Amino acid sequence: MEADKVTSTDYSIQSTRVRSNRRKNVSGAIPLYTILIFYFLIIAYPLFWMVVNSFKTTEEIFSNSWALPTTWLVSNYVHAWNTGISGYFLNSTIVTISTCLLTVFISSLGAYGLTRFEFKGKKLLLILCMGGMMLSPQVSLVPLYKLIQAMGIHDTYLALILPYVAYRIPITVLLIRAAFLEVPKEMEESAFLDGCSTWKVFTKIFLPLNLPILFTGVILTAYFTWNEFMFALIFIDSDSLKTIPAGLMQFRDALQTNWGVLLAGLMISAIPIITLFLFLQKYFVRGLASGSLKG
Amino acid sequence: MTLRKMAPYLYIAPCILLMGLFVYYPIVENFRFAFYAFSAFAPDKVFVGFENFLALFQDEVFYIALKNNIWYAVISIVCQVFGGLVLAAILEDPLTRLLSGFFRTAFFLPVIISITVIALLFSFVYNPDIGILNSFLRLLGLEEWTRAWLGESETAIFAVIAVSQWQSIGYIMMLFIVAIQSIPQELYEAADIDGANKFYKFLHITVPQVKEMLFVATLITLTGAFTVFNEPYILTSGGPGNASEVLGTLLYKSAFFRDEMGYASAIATIILVLSLAAAIIQMKLFKTGKED
Repeated sequence: MEADKVTSTDYSIQSTRVRSNRRKNVSGAIPLYTILIFYFLIIAYPLFWMVVNSFKTTEEIFSNSWALPTTWLVSNYVHAWNTGISGYFLNSTIVTISTCLLTVFISSLGAYGLTRFEFKGKKLLLILCMGGMMLSPQVSLVPLYKLIQAMGIHDTYLALILPYVAYRIPITVLLIRAAFLEVPKEMEESAFLDGCSTWKVFTKIFLPLNLPILFTGVILTAYFTWNEFMFALIFIDSDSLKTIPAGLMQFRDALQTNWGVLLAGLMISAIPIITLFLFLQKYFVRGLASGSLKG
Repeated sequence: MTLRKMAPYLYIAPCILLMGLFVYYPIVENFRFAFYAFSAFAPDKVFVGFENFLALFQDEVFYIALKNNIWYAVISIVCQVFGGLVLAAILEDPLTRLLSGFFRTAFFLPVIISITVIALLFSFVYNPDIGILNSFLRLLGLEEWTRAWLGESETAIFAVIAVSQWQSIGYIMMLFIVAIQSIPQELYEAADIDGANKFYKFLHITVPQVKEMLFVATLITLTGAFTVFNEPYILTSGGPGNASEVLGTLLYKSAFFRDEMGYASAIATIILVLSLAAAIIQMKLFKTGKED
């Protein structure tokens, strides 16, 4: 009886607390939402401005940059595409796809070697493979430039692809290695008993089993490669080989004050990677979480 | 050696070869280059000892750049690490659950967009005549605050730094969101029973629980601040004059405009030393080396 009473009063206390909490919740949410909306405007407004003004003539941007366009000039996009963006777009696509495939393939090989074998110097090789993570390319720019000239690949796609792959290996190995470590030993042992080679185990078991993480590796590499600016600026001279980030500088100079078209060019450059992100957000976030490193 | 014994080395070889050639070899070469004077296309180098460094320490532009990099570091820590953590905490608060997915995606969007696109967009934002910033100030009646943000030496570097914050806060925020999501919910429930308020919970549960990520985020931000190149290069090329020069743009100009490759290597060495020093000081401060 006594016990019952206690619980019933407890219950009533709790229910009033819940009610007062709910009232507090509403008033507590207001400052939080205020901050979020304020920051949202800071982020969204410039982007919105870019979208709207990419459909205007330069005169209209000048006279009324805040309003919606009087006529939506889709022709700006056509003009931008034909003034060089199409070429940059193609170059970026070629460089990005090659870099992604090479990076993920080579890193998987490395991760396989580092997780499924015992051998001399394993620790050292592990450190070498992942240690490059904190080294930023700026620091070795001059020797890298000399090296690329000496190799005779300056002003070719390879001048971008090879350094990109090299700089993306550490993070990608880290990512894939973590996944390979999770594969149970028994799986490969039974395959070995069936007479499979290590190569067969790699291609028939490890790669198919870890497709999601390989995909995450591809996404992170694509994001890096599509946006990389410094190498693209320095290692490529010919306008016909430039990728989007470096090409946009040329594009700006060529257009002078044809601002609507310039903005349309910016839009075309940003849309593919934004689309990729919106559809594949969870792969991005997973990669960031396990890697914690930008480019 | 049998093939079986060779196997692991063969699997790792492509990684090591590529990284050795394009990551490790250049960084070692850079130390050597810093002691030579040479140009990009001439084959011979002249050994000059510490002359590049001595010249650098007497170059007043070097100090402007260094000062700007330090501004970069300080402002980035405040906006990205502190701001990013606060935004992450707000988005992970149960009160904002309804819309947090939307805001998270929106705040992360600038991270995805190429820095060239963003920098060119912000050259419009800062445009004295049609720019959003000045129009906005006029709207608020702050006519006297309007200026050519990128064209005046007092504001140029801060306008550039602001663009970097605009782009990167969302990235650090996302790292903190991932970290906060792995905090055991019971900790917050226990604090709720004790009647703790939000600030208390933020300071005494969230912050200590994301300490590792705080370390990583600070490291990323500091390294970024000392190696920054893209934003100043695209927005101002270090101008007006040298007002918004950073070590990265100074390096680039020395190497590829003035063709002083040795001098540029010396700058690169300084950048490396600075970012390593920042990392070491931090490790001491955070004492995350507990597994050693």
